[in-house]
Amino acid sequence: MKIHEYQGKDLFSKYGIPTVKGSVCRSKEEALLAYDKLGLSKAVVKAQVLTGGRGKAGGVKLADNRDELGRVAESILGMDIKGYIVDRVLVAEAVDIADEYYLSFVIDRNVKSVEMILSREGGVEIEDVAKTSPEKIHKIPIFPFVGVPDFLARKAASLLFDDFGLIVQGKEMIKRLYKLMIETDASLVEINPLVVCKNGDLIALDAKINFDDNSLYRQPEIEALFEPTKEEQKELFAKSKGFSFVQLKGEIGCMVNGAGLAMATMDMIKLYGGNPANFLDIGGSSNPNKVVEAMKILMSDSDVKAVLINIFGGITRCDDVARGLLEAFKQIKTEIPIVIRLAGTNEKEGRAILADTHFYSAETMGEAIRKVVELTNPKN
Amino acid sequence: MSILINKDTRVAVQGITGRDGSFHAAKMKEYGTRVVAGVSPGKGGCIVSDIPVYNTVYDAVRKDGADTSIIFVPPMFVKDAIMEAADAGIKLIICITEGVPTLDIVAARHYASAQGAKVIGPNCPGLITPGESLIGIMPGNIFLPGRTGVISRSGTLTYEVVYNLTSSGIGQSTAVGIGGDPVAGLYFIDLLQMFQDDPGTDSIVMMGEIGGDAEERAAGFIKERITKPVVSFIAGQTAPPDKRMGHAGAIISSGSGTAKEKIEALIAAGAKVAKEPAEIPLLLKTML
Repeated sequence: MKIHEYQGKDLFSKYGIPTVKGSVCRSKEEALLAYDKLGLSKAVVKAQVLTGGRGKAGGVKLADNRDELGRVAESILGMDIKGYIVDRVLVAEAVDIADEYYLSFVIDRNVKSVEMILSREGGVEIEDVAKTSPEKIHKIPIFPFVGVPDFLARKAASLLFDDFGLIVQGKEMIKRLYKLMIETDASLVEINPLVVCKNGDLIALDAKINFDDNSLYRQPEIEALFEPTKEEQKELFAKSKGFSFVQLKGEIGCMVNGAGLAMATMDMIKLYGGNPANFLDIGGSSNPNKVVEAMKILMSDSDVKAVLINIFGGITRCDDVARGLLEAFKQIKTEIPIVIRLAGTNEKEGRAILADTHFYSAETMGEAIRKVVELTNPKN
Repeated sequence: MSILINKDTRVAVQGITGRDGSFHAAKMKEYGTRVVAGVSPGKGGCIVSDIPVYNTVYDAVRKDGADTSIIFVPPMFVKDAIMEAADAGIKLIICITEGVPTLDIVAARHYASAQGAKVIGPNCPGLITPGESLIGIMPGNIFLPGRTGVISRSGTLTYEVVYNLTSSGIGQSTAVGIGGDPVAGLYFIDLLQMFQDDPGTDSIVMMGEIGGDAEERAAGFIKERITKPVVSFIAGQTAPPDKRMGHAGAIISSGSGTAKEKIEALIAAGAKVAKEPAEIPLLLKTML
């Protein structure tokens, strides 16, 4: 789960990580009010959208005075950044930057730990630094039962700074950022850029925080910040029914048991010349109610011209799955052609049950996919 | 021969009184696995499918000689369950539970490795040495004893592939589901090495998916260390970026972790990459 920069900065403040003063605004008027209230002179207006590359898209602009701030805020609000419409901006103090650095903590898959990442090259994409000059990036794995003791934070800070005053400020910030990560179950906390101002202060100029979806059950305050897009609402609805669902743009609706098999099914549809309309993992059971709910989700997409049901019967036997499907389709009225492929335990019995129905039944994945592609694209 | 488990492996089931735990404990036993004990705090003294239940893993080890455990407890108790098993002297811990907080796994895995225990999973279907021992939720009847090692990040896709292998007369030495979470215990490289060292394994099937760079790392390892033929399949070529495809770990983020990169790396390492699951046995036969 992602949150906005201003929400990230609120969390930073809560953990005593210095940031710039600012306020989130939903209109030009609010922006002007914030400008006055915060007593700003030079200000920055930043689009708040849950995607990267805001700067490049023109969503981050400086304003030298009050009038300019109004104009800038007006131009950014309503902007479309990678499909996200900007409905709020952060109005903040523009600080005098002396130097920019990079600091983050991330859960790393390969070291299977939290890893601290630091670089003297801040304010640019860290992936680019990693490609062009990997020697400028420092990575420090963190032992979970030890965390970040003083010595480690000091050592890390001294990789960034030469001045001891800054090392002390950096050490504190590193310790607080790690505490925030652990206590909120974040999977990434990133400050880019971490800046040293001309007055010598060390502050977080940006805040990027991602959270571990598996931990949201114990982080109600974080979960409350979730703002699902329209697409995500459909995915959430599916999740509440026990499925995992992702909307795509094709015409072949898919219903598969298991995530890996579901991905492989999508890939094969593409390989055989069709386009999958979705990813849908209905999980392990052949419960007719689940099939009914899944069909409702598939049929709510008007682009779907045919449906492929691909089930591997393991613990759940194929004859049970077939009976479940027949039961489910008594409750569903649809003209959409449906191809069913059952394999695994008792597959022959399962296919026999489907033999004299209006479903197209297939033995192999290849056969099923060839059929469903042909149904949506009769010219082939 | 096989890796990790065989007919002598003595299994304790953690969470045996739950719905999934009791169901699969019975299934494993039916397959022939030596399920020697169950653990469920507060239910010590019960019997589930003729299996004695204890309050602690420690009792299961001391009284019935359990050396391996399989975990079915709910996500919030997994961290404690893994650490309890490791502390009790269990050497192989298989975690089936899905939805475990990532930082819990980070901590529990560190603790387990400090005690000399290996962890498989979480969010995995377990593992099987066909004809000897099944420790997981896989349908045992689709497997055939043989000489091909199988490693996979996915459940039903593994069944699909194994089913194809078995139908083509290609048996399996051991099949391991490593799980679909971003942080997991044993991973491709660990298992590739074990299969390389196992005299009972002649070839390896490796099934990966989008997200992370474990397949790329495995490719590098195959090139340098693996002399046995490897056939691979990567799921998620049509997956859109930044969307989690069911498995928590199956996500293309910041443009990395794509199927294309993984496939290219594996081909460059000398592995054969199947375009669809049914092609795997055919490719394997050309390499044996």
